[in-house]
Amino acid sequence: MNQLQQRNRSLLIKLLAGTVLMFGFGFLLVPLYDVFCDVTGLNGKLQNTGALTQEYKVDSKRQIRVQFLAVNNESMPWRLRPEQAEISVHPGQMTQTAFLAFNPTERNMVAQAIPSVAPSEAAPYLHKVNCFCFEQQPLAAGEKRAMPLVFMVDDQLPGYISTITLSYTLFDITPESSPVSGIAVAPARSVL
Amino acid sequence: MGSLEQSVHSTGHHGPATGITRWLYTTNHKDIGTLYLFFSLTMFFIGGCMALTIRAELFQPGLQLVRPEFFNQMTTSHGLIMVFGAVMPAFVGLANWLIPMMIGAPDMALPRMNNWSFWILPFAFTMMLSTLLMEGGGPNFGWTFYAPLSTTYAPPSVTFFIFAVHMMGISSIMGAINVIATILNMRAPGMKLMDMPLFVWTWLITAFLLIAVMPVLAGVVTMMLMDIHFGTSFFDAAGGGDPVLFQHVFWFFGHPEVYIMILPAFGVVSEIIPTFARKRLFGYTSMVYATASIAILSFIVWAHHMFAVGMPLAGELFFMFTTMLIAVPTGVKVFNWVATMYRGSMTFETPMLFALAFVVLFTIGGFSGLMLAIAPADFQYHDTYFVVAHFHYVLVPGSIFALMAATYFWLPKWTGHMYNESMAKLHFWLSFIGVNITFFPMHFLGLAGMPRRIPDYALQFADFNMVATFGAFLFGFSQLVFVYNIISCIRSGRQATDRVWEGSHGLEWTLPSPPPYHSFTEPPVFTHPYKENDRGV
Repeated sequence: MNQLQQRNRSLLIKLLAGTVLMFGFGFLLVPLYDVFCDVTGLNGKLQNTGALTQEYKVDSKRQIRVQFLAVNNESMPWRLRPEQAEISVHPGQMTQTAFLAFNPTERNMVAQAIPSVAPSEAAPYLHKVNCFCFEQQPLAAGEKRAMPLVFMVDDQLPGYISTITLSYTLFDITPESSPVSGIAVAPARSVL
Repeated sequence: MGSLEQSVHSTGHHGPATGITRWLYTTNHKDIGTLYLFFSLTMFFIGGCMALTIRAELFQPGLQLVRPEFFNQMTTSHGLIMVFGAVMPAFVGLANWLIPMMIGAPDMALPRMNNWSFWILPFAFTMMLSTLLMEGGGPNFGWTFYAPLSTTYAPPSVTFFIFAVHMMGISSIMGAINVIATILNMRAPGMKLMDMPLFVWTWLITAFLLIAVMPVLAGVVTMMLMDIHFGTSFFDAAGGGDPVLFQHVFWFFGHPEVYIMILPAFGVVSEIIPTFARKRLFGYTSMVYATASIAILSFIVWAHHMFAVGMPLAGELFFMFTTMLIAVPTGVKVFNWVATMYRGSMTFETPMLFALAFVVLFTIGGFSGLMLAIAPADFQYHDTYFVVAHFHYVLVPGSIFALMAATYFWLPKWTGHMYNESMAKLHFWLSFIGVNITFFPMHFLGLAGMPRRIPDYALQFADFNMVATFGAFLFGFSQLVFVYNIISCIRSGRQATDRVWEGSHGLEWTLPSPPPYHSFTEPPVFTHPYKENDRGV
């Protein structure tokens, strides 16, 4: 019996090791997923690049339309809209614009904007030098603010792309936030 | 294995303990198999009551019986109970009863762990079912528990659900380890891997699938737990996570999981059809390789559940073609079963009836699966009743019918009594008709656009829903015949012979009916049943 028990035990250890390994693999799928999305440029996820390290030459012969969108995640009461819905830029040209945010509630809140780019192939070519999405954005009750965005379209942008859409989804990340928050003022459409 | 003589000496002369402790402390593979089978039968009825609640609500358009919140809890719990509580433990129960007897082993390799892996389950399911009585209700996010429905918007009881899934996972993994150790280490002398009965082969492959994917399920619910309670953002876009990631990780578990539920059923049918066709199984080797190919392919097809989530064209095509590739080994199996029956001396006892219904109806489910695999067409079918019809066709007349076939096939061996054949035939025909009346109209509902998981629906879907509900009640209540037949077979009945069936083959039929509490304490001399006697008679 001892020999059989020995074999059972060693097999048990191997299979348990396999189980632990697969449990780890489940978690490994998370970074793998991100790496896969980065490498293939799927998912329209942007690199939060910050300051540029290399010089880009302005290609004044090409015009790229950059469209801006702002969406609220469910239960987020802020108003957010782009200053300009669409800008026409040259590749390599540094451009500044802003998003206007308004907190209509009667409490101080914190928000986080998550960017996404369509078509997703364009994501690696849209460099954001400064973006309100780099940081959490606090707004006091009833506060209004223009949040800056400085960006540049890479001169290596594939030729078949002429329009890029940059969309922000705004999430409520106020600590201890409850979805039921009082609205201080009913904001008229014209406020923003 | 000469050292087995010791165990003969020490165990040969006592039977089971008496009273409740027999079942609590048992390490006997037959006792644990029985516990698993009765547990899954109980869960089958609990999940069935939930299904009938769903069907009763859908009998007519409008809200009649339950509130939508409760309806969602019913659809979710029905799915979870049937998958993790009924089908999976039932196959583990069959494995416990049959694998040692089929390979000539005295018991499972790790008997104490066997006891543990069963006794975790009642606690896991009590915990999960108790959430239905808690404030905020039980899980209501669908059995696939997609984030953020199951994280940000989940009822407070979701933590109990997570721990219940952890416990089920531990139970399944321990069961799988036991099966692998038993099959690899405890076969009778002379039995090579390619001599094993196909039920043993399919379970060996299933056990490897379980070890590969149940930990991933444990991982994904752990991530949910951390998102809910520890402030991580695996699936929360606000913190840099991604809800689509949940679907990828879930289906990386989920697709092999559906083969975990069907491969042992293939094994059961591959035992039954040769017995009643009185021929050896056609293409044994190709059956083994087909099972292994299905298992391997199951790891690279998961995103066909997510065609509508926004994948690039290359991804859609990759998952579409790999999914369709699975039809090849599955087709090999179906053709092998048909070829086994070709020119056989067939008789139609109840196990054979269920096995035949399995082949026909599982194939229908397989074909609707092929339709769903076509990525461009899937956008129409996605999340409709067509999907519901598809997976119920592969699970109910697939897995469940195989389980019923197995029960009737081996019940005389287990109990020593023949079951009531005419009552069993009645059960078969009621189930066969009931299943088709229930699920066939759902194809049409889905193609016409009725979404799944809704308590109320547009008027044009009323007629088919009414038909489906009639069928569901017919199928549900005819299972009482099944239970009555099982219980009366355990208590009394005509004495079964050792071989039970004229065409039976394999080591389990060399034991008396019922088999002694400790069987094969001396390893049997294995001779290949097919090589010895081509017709198995």
